[in-house]
Amino acid sequence: MSADSIRETVTKIYEDINSQSLEKGDVLINTLHAIQDHYGNFIPIEAAEVLKELTGTPLSKIYEVLTFYTMFSTHRRGKYVIRICKSLPCHVTGGQEVVDALKNSLEISFGETTGDGLFTLEETSCLGLCGVSPVMMINDEAYGNLTKERVSEIIDSIVSRERGE
Amino acid sequence: MPAVENTVLICAGGACISAGEKSVKEVFEDTLKKYSLETVVRVVETGCMGACDLGPILVIYPEGVFYQKVNAENAAQIVEEHILKGRVVERLLYKGDTGELKTKPQEELPFFTEQVKIATRNLGVIDPLSIDEYIARDGYFALHKALFEIGPEKVLETLKKSELKGRGGAGFPTWMKWDFTRKAQGDTKYIICNADEGDPGAFMDRAVLEGDPHTIVEAMTIAAYTVGAQKGFVYVRAEYPLAIERLTFAMEKAREYGLLGNNILGTDFSFDLEIRIGAGAFVCGEETALINSIEGKRGIPRVKPPFPANKGLWGKPTLLNNVETYANIPPIIINGGEWFSQYGVEGSKGTKVFALAGNVKNTGLVEVPMGITVRKLIYDIGGGIPGGKRLKSIQTGGPSGGCIPLEHLDTPITYDNLKKLGTIVGSGGMVVMDEDSCMVDVAKYFLEFTVEESCGQCTPCRDGTRRMLEILERITEGEGTMEDLDLLKELGENIMATSLCGLGQTAPQPVLSTMRYFWHEYEAHVLEKKCPAKRCKPLMRVVIDKDKCVGCTACARVCPVNAISGAVRKPHEIDPEICTRCGSCLAVCRFNAISKVSP
Amino acid sequence: MAKIKSLEELMKIKENAMKGLKMRDSGKKGKIIVAMGTCGIAAGAKDTLRAIVDSLDEKGIEDVAVVQSGCFGLCDVEPTIEVHLEGADPIIYGHVTPAQAKRIIDQHIVEGKVVGDLIVKKGEL
Ligand SMILES: Cc1cc2nc3c(=O)[nH]c(=O)nc-3n(C[C@H](O)[C@H](O)[C@H](O)COP(=O)(O)O)c2cc1C
Ligand code: SF4
Ligand code: SF4
Ligand code: FES
Ligand code: FES
Ligand code: FES
Repeated sequence: MSADSIRETVTKIYEDINSQSLEKGDVLINTLHAIQDHYGNFIPIEAAEVLKELTGTPLSKIYEVLTFYTMFSTHRRGKYVIRICKSLPCHVTGGQEVVDALKNSLEISFGETTGDGLFTLEETSCLGLCGVSPVMMINDEAYGNLTKERVSEIIDSIVSRERGE
Repeated sequence: MPAVENTVLICAGGACISAGEKSVKEVFEDTLKKYSLETVVRVVETGCMGACDLGPILVIYPEGVFYQKVNAENAAQIVEEHILKGRVVERLLYKGDTGELKTKPQEELPFFTEQVKIATRNLGVIDPLSIDEYIARDGYFALHKALFEIGPEKVLETLKKSELKGRGGAGFPTWMKWDFTRKAQGDTKYIICNADEGDPGAFMDRAVLEGDPHTIVEAMTIAAYTVGAQKGFVYVRAEYPLAIERLTFAMEKAREYGLLGNNILGTDFSFDLEIRIGAGAFVCGEETALINSIEGKRGIPRVKPPFPANKGLWGKPTLLNNVETYANIPPIIINGGEWFSQYGVEGSKGTKVFALAGNVKNTGLVEVPMGITVRKLIYDIGGGIPGGKRLKSIQTGGPSGGCIPLEHLDTPITYDNLKKLGTIVGSGGMVVMDEDSCMVDVAKYFLEFTVEESCGQCTPCRDGTRRMLEILERITEGEGTMEDLDLLKELGENIMATSLCGLGQTAPQPVLSTMRYFWHEYEAHVLEKKCPAKRCKPLMRVVIDKDKCVGCTACARVCPVNAISGAVRKPHEIDPEICTRCGSCLAVCRFNAISKVSP
Repeated sequence: MAKIKSLEELMKIKENAMKGLKMRDSGKKGKIIVAMGTCGIAAGAKDTLRAIVDSLDEKGIEDVAVVQSGCFGLCDVEPTIEVHLEGADPIIYGHVTPAQAKRIIDQHIVEGKVVGDLIVKKGEL
């Protein structure tokens, strides 16, 4: 990932998004999402510099946005970002047990990534799936009605899929 | 939560009661208990089934089998034969007037019969990817009516008559917002849909976007036509990828059909939509923060006034409504304002979607006329509390709301009534909590949420909520004092008075509300160092009853920290120093020897 | 698709689509609707959908359409499906795991017998 290739990628993503937008400019957040998706769960910090030149937004403002929104990360995260819901409805239906089970089976805490680079564990507020609580999302997939057992099944199946490939 | 396998409806109409229904119900429930079936079979009383001469009447679901002339004696038989062994008791089957076997009930489960579906009319009925099916259910006819038959003034009048209020939380009359934006000076105007749904326990907006995306496209187009806007944005939280996908598809189809974009329905009215995605900040649900976020900035709230209707997105007049609010618009335009306001009660008209979550049997979404009582919502529609537990309280309005305790269960749900109780209707999330919930812990949970989500702009909201959280943490660890309780109140009131936006202005609500109704629980934590619900780990212990323990070793094997010791077939013991109160052992003891205690 | 410009054109689409919704003249014996909101998917609806499609394929049943919808709002009994055979009341089933889906196809679709223990509701939603 050289500086040049980042420049090229970021420029292309920005121009794409800007051209599709109803109002030109001010598409920083959608652009950051696209960059993050492109690199798989993180935004290379060099992208900020490129965006500054493209958008004319001061670097400080871009950093502000990057740090304000919890879904953006400038650190490389695992291939699978697990976001477990920590809000009340999930809590009163046994969420704590599921959180403990996840931490135990991955052997990491919130904000950490497993040694093999597969999983990053994050906490999130309500995912709007409280009817099937407790709930987590792994990248864009939602998993509900979680129990200790279901959590290990899900993790195991991802691990074995990854090992198989 | 065990799945309910059978539902038994017992008629509680006047005639049937006089024919002995009460004792039938008792016998039924006793027999169920005898076979430990009380958690999988639910007994519900219904209104008159219109067959009084053959009463008492009883219907067993899922099969929908009708029994007639049930008495105390054959009630027990029905449990043993039908429920336990799955054999229909032919002798007692309801034959109806014609002597023909009748299995279709006339009364349905209250979960379905009590609902009036307006905003959620298409959920589960149509294929969200099919614009044709949306049209089949009168979709885009409201847009046609607005454009060709009634015009903007009449649209406003209809909305005014409907008395629809914003469903996103603040409950502001929708027609007034539309009117302000229509009257605002400026050639460029915007329409925004707030789909940032973030209140813990609310998920109706997601369900609408995923199940009926065209209703949002249609309603926003009608709004644009009414106020004179050219462009619109739907701000969807990034946590809802499927909603984004389906809405994107719906927008494409609508453009293809000439219902969105240039020259809508062949007229010279043009309007187009774009989706903007959030990035995990709850405060962006606040309208001015949302506007900042669409502009590509940090989502921090702006000072109001000016209100968005005059100075919103890029400083232009902007109309902003919530997803559920929009979803009500097309049916209102088609059926008229009076049609909508026939539902509900004074000051709170129409229907509202509630999301039932937490310790309630039928978790899910229900749309009911406003003014329904909390009891009806939780017990009749929600099916009550699972696992034979007792209800403790219901949290409404998410982190801006408060709780409704048992003694107010018969309150009709209206904007005003809930305000009087110290909570709000909010977005309609109802988190039901049973006796195992600790109300101090609940308050702490909400404050953790607000501390996490405060945008940091105002000192009281940023630092004040953090101080409140620290106090609550102390209390749940048994280190709290009575002065702490006073301080909590004082801080709370101060934060509410001095914060800029709704987040700070309401953040202390869950604390103040639980203090108001569950003061004794706070006192127990502080004075007796006890958690009555045995939830706060530092204030509780897990112990083994020596007399009940048979020494099967099951618990010792599951304990993750090896806190349990004891010889085979000898009573076991838990070392409180090592025990983390995880509760794993409780679940495995088949002899009920392990329990939580608050010393 | 030509752009719609009149009420008549809207009406025409409505009438055509009604046939599909009500299943008249659609040339199919019936349809199975799978509730595919994120809530349903989180509870396993994708596996259920796959099992339904596979099982219909296996049995060579071609006159039953499989469609998806948003959710019925019945989170508690997700995954949910609705089986709608021509001339009969639609039936909503809950807790439909892939195994149960196969059972529903065997009993309800093939033999025409409603699967009593999984019914959530009978009749129009
Ligand atoms: C902290 C905070 C969060 C909010 N979150 C939402 C939200 O997620 N969705 C929503 O529609 N309204 C939310 N609101 C209310 C909006 O500011 C606004 O009142 C509403 O979207 C207006 O639409 P309505 O009139 O149709 O209800 C929030 C308000 C505050 C103060
Ligand atoms: S009250 Fe809180 S969330 Fe609202 S603007 Fe102030 S600091 Fe931000
Ligand atoms: S599981 Fe129960 S009976 Fe068995 S050793 Fe533990 S406490 Fe005793
Ligand atoms: S509280 Fe966990 S999904 Fe809503
Ligand atoms: S009162 Fe029971 S059927 Fe009428
Ligand atoms: S909200 Fe879709 S079934 Fe629960």
